[in-house]
Amino acid sequence: MLQELDTIQVAATEALTNATDAEALEEWYRATLGRKGNVQQLSRRFGEVSAEERPLFGKRVNEIKTALQQAFDERSAAVKREHIEGLIAADALDVTLPGRQPRRGALHPSTLVLRRMTRIFGDMGFQVYRSPDVVTDEYNFEWLNMPPEHPARDMQDTFYTTQENVLLRTHTSAGQVMAMREYHPEPIRVILPGMCYRNEQITARSEIQFHQIEGLAVGTDITFADLKGTLTEFARRFFGRDRETRFRASYFPFTEPSAEMDVSCMLCDGAGCKLCKNTGWLEILGCGMVHPVVLRHGGYDPDVYTGFAFGSGPERIAMLRYGIEDIRYFWGNDHRFLEQYS
Amino acid sequence: MRIPLSWLRDFVDPQLAVDDLAELITNAGLEVTAVDHLGVAGAPFEWDRELVRVAHVLEVQQHPEADRLVIATVDYGGPAPKQVITGAPNLFEFIGKGDISALALLSPIVLEGGTYLDHYKNAKPTKLKAKKLRGIMNDAMLCSPVELGLGEEHDGILLAPAADWRHTGEAPEAGTALADVLGDSVIEIDIIPNIARCASILGVAREVAALTERELTPPSFEVKAEGPSFEGALKITTEHPELNPRFVAILVEGVEQRPSPLWMQHRLQLCGQRSINAVVDVSNYVMLEMGQPNHAFDWDFLRERADAYAGPEEPVHLITRLGRSEESLTTLDDAEHKIPQDTILVTDPAGNLSVGGIMGGRNSEIQGNTTTVLLEAAAWNFINIRKSARVLGLNTEASFRFSRGVHPSQAKLGALRAAELLRLHASGTISQGVVDYQPLVTELASIELSTGYVNRRSGLELDARTIARCLQRLEFEVVVLDDDRLEVTAPDHRLDVEGPHDLLEEVCRMVGYANIPETVLADSLPPQRGNPAIEVEERIQDLLAAAGFQETISYRLTTPEAEANTRVGPQCAAGPYVTLSNPSTLDRAVMRQSLLASVLDAARSNLKNADHLSLFEIGHIYIEDGGSAFGENLPSERLRLALILSGPSRTGGWDRPVGEPYDFFDLKGIVERLLASLHVDGVVFETAEHPSFRPGRTASLRIGDQSGELGHLGELHPTVVEQLALRTENPVLAADLDLEVLIAATQTSFKIDPVPLYPAIREDLALLVDSGTPESTVQEALEAAGKPLLSQVELFDVYTDDKLGGKKSLAYHLTFRAANKTLKDKDVGKLRRRILSILEKQIGATLRS
Ligand SMILES: [Zn+2]
Repeated sequence: MLQELDTIQVAATEALTNATDAEALEEWYRATLGRKGNVQQLSRRFGEVSAEERPLFGKRVNEIKTALQQAFDERSAAVKREHIEGLIAADALDVTLPGRQPRRGALHPSTLVLRRMTRIFGDMGFQVYRSPDVVTDEYNFEWLNMPPEHPARDMQDTFYTTQENVLLRTHTSAGQVMAMREYHPEPIRVILPGMCYRNEQITARSEIQFHQIEGLAVGTDITFADLKGTLTEFARRFFGRDRETRFRASYFPFTEPSAEMDVSCMLCDGAGCKLCKNTGWLEILGCGMVHPVVLRHGGYDPDVYTGFAFGSGPERIAMLRYGIEDIRYFWGNDHRFLEQYS
Repeated sequence: MRIPLSWLRDFVDPQLAVDDLAELITNAGLEVTAVDHLGVAGAPFEWDRELVRVAHVLEVQQHPEADRLVIATVDYGGPAPKQVITGAPNLFEFIGKGDISALALLSPIVLEGGTYLDHYKNAKPTKLKAKKLRGIMNDAMLCSPVELGLGEEHDGILLAPAADWRHTGEAPEAGTALADVLGDSVIEIDIIPNIARCASILGVAREVAALTERELTPPSFEVKAEGPSFEGALKITTEHPELNPRFVAILVEGVEQRPSPLWMQHRLQLCGQRSINAVVDVSNYVMLEMGQPNHAFDWDFLRERADAYAGPEEPVHLITRLGRSEESLTTLDDAEHKIPQDTILVTDPAGNLSVGGIMGGRNSEIQGNTTTVLLEAAAWNFINIRKSARVLGLNTEASFRFSRGVHPSQAKLGALRAAELLRLHASGTISQGVVDYQPLVTELASIELSTGYVNRRSGLELDARTIARCLQRLEFEVVVLDDDRLEVTAPDHRLDVEGPHDLLEEVCRMVGYANIPETVLADSLPPQRGNPAIEVEERIQDLLAAAGFQETISYRLTTPEAEANTRVGPQCAAGPYVTLSNPSTLDRAVMRQSLLASVLDAARSNLKNADHLSLFEIGHIYIEDGGSAFGENLPSERLRLALILSGPSRTGGWDRPVGEPYDFFDLKGIVERLLASLHVDGVVFETAEHPSFRPGRTASLRIGDQSGELGHLGELHPTVVEQLALRTENPVLAADLDLEVLIAATQTSFKIDPVPLYPAIREDLALLVDSGTPESTVQEALEAAGKPLLSQVELFDVYTDDKLGGKKSLAYHLTFRAANKTLKDKDVGKLRRRILSILEKQIGATLRS
């Protein structure tokens, strides 16, 4: 009987090495260690063993059971591992094949620039004030210190409507008096983004519609130095902390003193290049101290209140930022242009 | 305005390199748009200082071998005179005259190795080589203007008496570098309205003097009047002194019609003016130099007319008055103009003579045989001139200046300066007595200024003396009243100073904007209001971009026809259009009323090179209904959202085909997802009609109990697809929504359901209903009947078949869940039976077995 045990062990161990898949392993287990397996069957013949051999027989049965169980566990693990390795080897991908593209969406570049600007000014306490595109002559010109026949009206070719005295705003400054009348006598810090219109030839450089973003601060203690500080901080946050700004005298009928703010060219760092027309500077916005006539029309006493205003063109800034050479791209809505902003 | 540096230096020496000067004045508000160089370093064509010189012509001989060539002997500053062969016709008259050195004729010469512009090779820069010309060696060249980049002329060499080369009359030595005589740099300045005073060389010189704190030397206004008295020969009447406050006239007799001296022609040319003759050139020169336009009348013509209207003993009578109806005038440019009634004219009793301040008339202008010139320099009202110039369409150098404002004080100075130059350069004799008629004296502006005013607005801390000094540099008269107050009087060349704010600007400019500190706003922060509408709008943009939609921004100007093209049938526009009275092009004539039309336009152009479209736009539409809060004649502007979706629902690739085309339910799903993300509850989709959408595939969106319509959603009408010539086979889905309604319905704060504690039971239910029953009715009935345990109803199959006998089958996944216990099958079974019986009663639904 003991010999039979040894034979079973040798044969079973041998058979186990031939079991290469889960099915064969299960079959082996059933035939060997299962309830009807030969090890179990042999152990049930315990009674046939002589009394003195019984302890030894029992011990051997247990030893064989343990050994075969261990061999089975090892073999099972190995088969499982081989199976996964086989799967992995068979299903390898050419990872250099192109990925599947989801549909991409994007915001318009003007939106992107407007948002960044409103966010930066928002942090400085300037809140968005919405004002209409179609306005009266008073809002766009007269209350901004541009009475009829004022020479500055020539600087802006205006679209008039068939309604008398009604026109498409030529600048977001048209919203200044609206904001002032709504908020006076409280101090004001607003920005006014919006579409403006000018009756110009459409070329790579000029459009009949364009965005502007106007800023307006009114209070009792606002200075030209504050204007410089605020706008320089804006320029550094928008264009980078290493940008320099330059303020030079300019003219807008609704501010005095008036200035243009230039930012040192980000392409050549001020050395001069094609982008900055070799000046080292890029014109970014116009600004100035709110003209007393405008304050008065807005309901503020110019002897008590002072303020500053500024205006900038997001499309122009987008053109500088993204190297866009033709302003006509903006309203052309060509997906091949727009999707590059995604 | 072009400013030749040499001319500027007549009045001020800035002692700055031209680029530094350009930067200085740019920063002070005189924006330099270009700096051009002529002949000097930096010029596109530089004259070599050694090889391009001024030569003195000593003798001219015929070339022995060629009729059309001459040999000129010139002193070019070398050790000995040089013989130069040239074909210049303007030397032929000197052949055989022997030594002509006494004529002191100078011409530019290019020596061997020097560069000239070859007239016969498109002005190509060419190096001069020594070579034989018809047997005689030649190694130099006398040049025409064109060969040196000095102008268009190539009829002969540039040849002028030595005294004509410099405005001082000082003769250049033979051999002087040409660059030192005619070389120059020209600064071009953009004259914006507030620097009208700088529309002249002197005006810019004043600014430069103020900025550099150097002395200004204005031109001399002395005249040598040697002619007979002009007293009583001219009478002036101004009918509207407020439009013509001053009228100055001087008579110059014996004027010779000849070219002006070389230096004057050269300066005019540098400023972009063509030389005509001495009389016209002097007039232009004075205008450019000091900004006072002036006009020359043919005196004999005026006199002849006076003989007729008044008699030979009576004075010429000039009257300035407004145009009368049906009046017309032929101007210098030979154009006949109908004179508008509020245009001011210079006339005499016999008729009109010129448009005041804008352009002279044809009949009274200087003729070839004119010898007596009446110089007029007047002051005009700038608003009136501006209007007239615009209505007449006459943009002249004079109207440019007068329409921006020229101070009346300048009129007499301009007349004097012009008269003296005519005497010097056209042999004129100036009559004694200037007619200076000034019916309205323009007071100099006087303003009280305080240091507090300046410092509170500038952020500077200046004392009264410093402020005074800043203003004095610009020729303001300043009296310092005390430590705080100043009495300031504007100089007589400025019309733009009205109040202390103007003085503040001048002080800041003189201090230099760069020297004003940069500070952080210390003023109290206004109430921060927040802007929820804009936050929601941005969120909508972000949600749509994340869903694969591309934002577009379209022209807001369109035509009613273009919008009608996006509709089918007789439906007309939403209201009257905001219509332009001066559209730039016919296709941009009105403000849009349909954002959908805008996006469809973008769709059309993109379908030319793409089959997939997912676009959205947010923007206003405009309806002329007086619905604005900012004025009763202003239109209402409503913010809308439009979406377009079309094409394959999935991109194809190397291992799979493109997806099925998008249909109605794809866009509906996107809109539903958007509404859910905004927590807009209770939106009802109903079958609807819309002029752009296909009947039967159109839904209206309404927010539950609100009356306001949210908009429409649908598949584009096939006829619209055809009308717009959309290049696609796929359905085009679109939505047109009222963004203001959507934003108002958006909930930024909302209730969150607790996470369920107990498991759910899921069951499927297939119902048969009449095929005309909207699915939403069944869904709503299910939800109502299943309360409170039925927590979710999800349609998963719709089946129609003729065998169902006018019915359709709708199959749902139902999820049952209780908040406080684990449901048992028998609870659900009971509820299920109840639901079925309610649905049968309410909508005739039966269980499909
Ligand atoms: Zn640059």
